[in-house]
Amino acid sequence: MSTQKITLAKGLNMGLRKAMEDDDKVLLMGEDVGKLGGVFRITDGLQKDFGEDRVIDSPLAESGIVGTAVGMALRGYRPVVEIQFDGFVYPAYDQIVCQVAKYTYRSQGKVKMPIVIRIPFGGGIGAVEHHSESPEAQFAHTPGLKVVACSNPVDGYWMIQQAIAHDDPVIFLEPKRQYHADKAELDESATPEPLFTSRVVRPGSDATVLAYGPTVKTALKCAEAAESEGRSLEVIDLRTLSPLDMAPVYESVRRTGRCVVTHEAHVNLGMGAELAARVTEQCFYSLEAPVLRVGAFDTPYPPSRIEEEYLPDLDRVLDAVDRTFTF
Amino acid sequence: MPDPVSFGPDLADVFGPSQTDGGPDLVQLLTPEGERVHHPEFDHDFSAEELRGLYRDMVLTRRIDVEATALQRHGELGIWAQLLGQEAAQIGAGRALRPQDYVFPTYREHGVAYCKGVDPLRLLGLFRGVDQGGWDPNENNFGLYTIVIGAQTLHATGYAMGMQRDGVVGTGDPDRDSAVIAHFGDGASSQGDVNEAFIFAASYNAPVVFFCQNNQWAISEPIERQTRIPLYQRALGFGFPGIRVDGNDVLATYAVTKAALQRAREGNGPSFVEAYTYRMGAHTTTDDPTRYRLNDELEHWKLKDPIERLKVYLRRNGLVDQEFFDDLDAEAKELGHHLREGCKALPDPKPLDQFGYVFSEMTDEIAAQRDEFAAYLASFEGSHS
Repeated sequence: MSTQKITLAKGLNMGLRKAMEDDDKVLLMGEDVGKLGGVFRITDGLQKDFGEDRVIDSPLAESGIVGTAVGMALRGYRPVVEIQFDGFVYPAYDQIVCQVAKYTYRSQGKVKMPIVIRIPFGGGIGAVEHHSESPEAQFAHTPGLKVVACSNPVDGYWMIQQAIAHDDPVIFLEPKRQYHADKAELDESATPEPLFTSRVVRPGSDATVLAYGPTVKTALKCAEAAESEGRSLEVIDLRTLSPLDMAPVYESVRRTGRCVVTHEAHVNLGMGAELAARVTEQCFYSLEAPVLRVGAFDTPYPPSRIEEEYLPDLDRVLDAVDRTFTF
Repeated sequence: MPDPVSFGPDLADVFGPSQTDGGPDLVQLLTPEGERVHHPEFDHDFSAEELRGLYRDMVLTRRIDVEATALQRHGELGIWAQLLGQEAAQIGAGRALRPQDYVFPTYREHGVAYCKGVDPLRLLGLFRGVDQGGWDPNENNFGLYTIVIGAQTLHATGYAMGMQRDGVVGTGDPDRDSAVIAHFGDGASSQGDVNEAFIFAASYNAPVVFFCQNNQWAISEPIERQTRIPLYQRALGFGFPGIRVDGNDVLATYAVTKAALQRAREGNGPSFVEAYTYRMGAHTTTDDPTRYRLNDELEHWKLKDPIERLKVYLRRNGLVDQEFFDDLDAEAKELGHHLREGCKALPDPKPLDQFGYVFSEMTDEIAAQRDEFAAYLASFEGSHS
């Protein structure tokens, strides 16, 4: 067994490389993905090894990038599109929700749309506006799209390969502030868990905390802090936002009786609202308290000097956990 | 005070008021009076059989349109996008295609679909509301109708880039060399996607022909609301050739499109064809053109009818006899019957069909919704006895 310690950026890079080696129909497209290796260096070295026909530097036009990927997919390719930052996905919104998401339905299954749209998402990097957003609910609300979010290097490596091999369009969310943060041990010979599944990343018995992408790390820190106060939190990394894998969530909440959801996106009509509704429907008689949500305020992303006050942090999540014990 | 900086002629001098003759650069091989004229670059030696075939195609295409319009009036279709007047533009372009070429249509390309071998009955499903385009795009290399204006020009460009990677461009083998044609209208030329498609196609030298049917009106907005210069002149700004062809002249449309497709197949990149034509009907059957355009304009364009001018030419040159017209009339009647009867027989989708094909494989979530709805529907069974 050969293992190595890698960052999320490295995991994604290795996963993309493996996918391109395994299937010569896999293409990468996007702004600066070639020579530069992407602004976050996720595609570093891939154009050098796979050529300009497979790692395609695109004009600066997001709708064009996604729209041409639709044509590529119709021709039998498996395009992997990089949107440079979350807030830049909106010029491509029409192509994603009206074309990518609908082609299989419109063709009554005669055409597949195996496109992966990679979006570095979330805040905490001190950027200017449009560089720190969390648009996941907008895509999870669109039938025909699958939406996943990785939270760690090992998932990054496996999930990107699984998304590329999948025959339906996948919005692939990458927590950008963790690209170069923590390292984890990768065993390339391991058998990965299926793509559209959630996972208990820390078992506990007193309350369930649901998180994905960048807030998984926050939730795990909360669980550590809570433990020192004598409270046992179970943390679930959702990993898939559409479809949702709710069975582990229901099992957990029925056991703990309490549930807190945390994400970086706005609370209003966000993933937390959907999760709270489902948990309430299915676990009503097990709940000791209402499901609480901890997310961003319903304001535009603020200037970065105060983003720490905007993003859900350890204290705000812990506060919500405490509140669930007051009912 | 310094002299004002000149950027060239005033745009009004370039474009002037609305034209109906297409201007001096219009490529034409058959005049509205049915006179054959020649063009130094785009001439083509049409055989009598080819000419009769083009005439037949236009007549049958008009019949499809007339029948579908009538079906809408009878409540059999929810809406229909008419092509009346645009038969030459579509048949000329459609007949210039080779089997391996791929079409990305908007929602009015009934004539091109017919050329590509799509059963005209299949076009009605979308407008009747029984499906969203029931044909397999890869069966006839004819994409699904696209309602969002101009979105398909990017799909066409991406598909053409795929052809490049598949090595089916510029090989010198006529059975292998392939191209893509993207159809859109004058209104779509204002869309960002169309302009992005031009940029991508030029940047990658993609084998795609952008075929714009400038029918002068985008619902109620005239061409002057879309552009201040002739549309075909825009292409130069994107770095590829643009040409304006008489879209009511099937011979010229065929010859120009054939040249553009050949250029693309040989690996010489994109081009833009502006078929200068006129929408004699409404935008769709919900539209009322009398609210925004003068009858004089329509009357003027009726004199340029694409079918009539070829008919005159065929008759004048003794290329047809009465039997030809009788046979064609019988064929058109048969086609009309096929559409009328076939339309009414198109099966309605079942309530549970709506859950199918959201994805290539059904998810547990959607399956659960389907099952719940099925149980709900089943709860009514026997309640009306």
